[in-house]
Amino acid sequence: MRSSTTAKFDIGENEYQPVNGLITRTRSFTGADKLFEIQLPDGEELGHQPGQFVQLLVPGVGEAPFSVTSSPTKPGPFELTIRAVGNVTRALHNMEPGDTVGIRGPYGSGFDPDVFEGEDILFIAGGIGLAPLRSMINYTLDERERFGELTTVYGCKEPAEQLYPDELEEWAEGDEMTYLETVDQCPQDQEWDGPTGVITSVIPEVDIDVETSNVLVCGPPVMYTFVLQELDEMGVPDENIYLSLERNMHCGRGLCGHCQINELYVCTDGPVFHYPVVRDKQEAEV
Amino acid sequence: MKVIDKPEFEALIDEKISSDRRDVVGVRDDGEKYVFDDLESAGDLALDYDVTMLSPKKYLMPQRETILEYRDANGEFEWRAKAEPDGKVIVGIHPYDLVAIEQLDKIFIDTLRDEPYRRKRENSLLIGVNMQDASETAFAASMGTATTDSGYDLMLTDLGETYAVNIGTLEGKEFLNSADVRKATAGEVQEVERIEQEVVPDLFERELEFSPALLPTILEENYDNMAFWEDYSEKCLSCGTCNMVCPTCYCFSVDMIRDLGTNSGRESRRWDGCLLEDFASVAGDENFREEVAERHRHRFMRKGWYIYERYGDIACIGCGRCTSECVADVADPCDVYNKLYQEVQAHAQ
Repeated sequence: MRSSTTAKFDIGENEYQPVNGLITRTRSFTGADKLFEIQLPDGEELGHQPGQFVQLLVPGVGEAPFSVTSSPTKPGPFELTIRAVGNVTRALHNMEPGDTVGIRGPYGSGFDPDVFEGEDILFIAGGIGLAPLRSMINYTLDERERFGELTTVYGCKEPAEQLYPDELEEWAEGDEMTYLETVDQCPQDQEWDGPTGVITSVIPEVDIDVETSNVLVCGPPVMYTFVLQELDEMGVPDENIYLSLERNMHCGRGLCGHCQINELYVCTDGPVFHYPVVRDKQEAEV
Repeated sequence: MKVIDKPEFEALIDEKISSDRRDVVGVRDDGEKYVFDDLESAGDLALDYDVTMLSPKKYLMPQRETILEYRDANGEFEWRAKAEPDGKVIVGIHPYDLVAIEQLDKIFIDTLRDEPYRRKRENSLLIGVNMQDASETAFAASMGTATTDSGYDLMLTDLGETYAVNIGTLEGKEFLNSADVRKATAGEVQEVERIEQEVVPDLFERELEFSPALLPTILEENYDNMAFWEDYSEKCLSCGTCNMVCPTCYCFSVDMIRDLGTNSGRESRRWDGCLLEDFASVAGDENFREEVAERHRHRFMRKGWYIYERYGDIACIGCGRCTSECVADVADPCDVYNKLYQEVQAHAQ
C-alpha cells in the first residue's frame, strides 16, 4: 500500500482521499472546548480562506466538518477548536499530540478578505461561533493596514465558556480593534466583571458607521434571528451582512445532501453566505 | 437502425455472459416483482416488464460501497480512497431510467467528478429497451421520459420476431460486432417511430394536468402552502422508502467502520434520504427539518425545483416507484403535482 502521506490523491483525483494530519499541540479551555493544532505532511500549508472548513477523520470512529479557526496569515500548522458533543468530537478530545487524524479539504466558501479591503468590519460571535470568525479576525489584525475600523462583539453563556482568553485580553487591551464582550449569566463559582446579558444587549453599544460597515456574524442557530433584527434596527443594510451557517456535512462537495438549505448547499455555496442570498431561504432560519 | 432476430440477440447476450469481463445483469421476474439482477443466461430476461423495484442506479451508486480504506502503519495512518472500476453490462433499461442516469452523470461526472461513480459508469454498457408495459403508478409520458434518443449504448424495440436496435455509442456498435445483424427497412424504422409516438404513450394510466416545464414555478408558489404540506404528509411515516427507490435520489451518509481487533477499517457510503427524521440534524439537538411536513415538502421541492435550479433537470422521471412502494400511500408525485397545480389555479381565480 502506498503511503497517502506523500500523495494527496491515490487514484486519479479522488476527493475522498485524506492526508494525515499530525496533532502537534492541544489546548483545553475551561469549558468543553479544545484547540487542536494540526500539521500537514511535509509542513504543507492548508491554503484555506478564513471561514472555510475541513473534513476531519478519526480512524475507526468517523468523519465530521470543522471550521478552521487559525488565520491563513499564520504560517505552519492550522488550528481547529472543537466542542465534545458527538462520537467524533469526544474521540478527538481523547487524542493527544503525536496522534494522527485524516484531513480532507479545505472546503466551502469562506470570507474573501479582498471584499473588505479598506472597509470597516464588525464581527459578532456567539459561543463557539467565535472559532470560525477568529480566522478572519486574526487575518485582519495580521494585515491591519488593509482594513478600516475593526470591532468585535463576543457573547457566550458564561465566563467559563470563553475561548482564547489570552487573545481576548490582547484584543481588549490593544488599540487595533474595539472589543466588547458579554456573558448571558455568571454562575456564583465563576468570576466576571464584565457585562451580563445576551449578545443583542451589547450590539447597540458598538460605535460604527452603520451605512458602510460590514458585519460578519457566526453563532448558534437561535442567535441569528435576534442579531439580524438588532442590526436592522440599527440601520445596517442587508447587503453589508455576512453569515457563517452551520449544518451537517458528510461529503463537503455538494453531493450528500445533508447540509441543504432550500436549493443551496452549505458545504459549497457556504458556509459563509452574503445575507441577501439566504435572507429569503426559509430553511436558513435567519 | 439495425435489426437482430431474437434468438440471435439471446445468443449474443449468452456469449457476453461467458466472455465479457464484466457482470451481465438485466431485468428478471423474481416471482413477485421485476428486478435488475445477475443473468445466468439470456433466457432469464423479462424485457416486457412494467417496472423494476429498484432502478439500475444500484449498480452505479450501490446501496453501500467502500470509498476509503485505512490501516495503522506504525502509528501513522495509511488512507486509500477506493473507486472500484466494476462496471456492468446492463440489459433492459427503460427510457425513464436512462434519463435518470443521464441526470446523475451530469452531477457525479460532469460537475463534481465523483470517482466511485465515474469509474463504474464509464465502464458500464447500457442496453435500453422501449416500454411494452407500464406500472399503474407511472406517468413517464407526461414527464417526457417515456422515450429517449440518448443515454444508451444500444436501444431495443420489440418488433415481434426481431428487435430493432438503435446504436447510441461506438461501444454499443462494437458490442454487436460478433452478431448477425442487418440494416432496418424503411417499414421497420417507421414501426419503431409508431411504437414510440403512439403505443408507448398509451401505456400510461396516469398523467400530469400541465406541462412539467411549469413544475418549478408551481412548487415555488406552493412553498409556503403549509396547510397543503401538513395535510398531505399527515400519514407519512418518514420511512424514506420513496427516497430509496427513486432513480434520481442520490443523497448519502458516510460511516466509518473499524475491523474489530485490528487497527484497520474503512469508510463506506450508503443511501440516505431527506424523509428520514435525522437527515438534517446537527450536533447539539438541532434539527433543521424537524417536522415531517418540512421533510415531505423538501423532497418534492428538490425533485421539481432545486435540482432544476442547479442543473436544469426535473429530477422526477415519472417511474411511479415511490408511489407503488410507499407504505403510507402518500408519496405519489403525480397526485401531489396535480393538486399543487389545482391550488395555483384556484388561487389565480
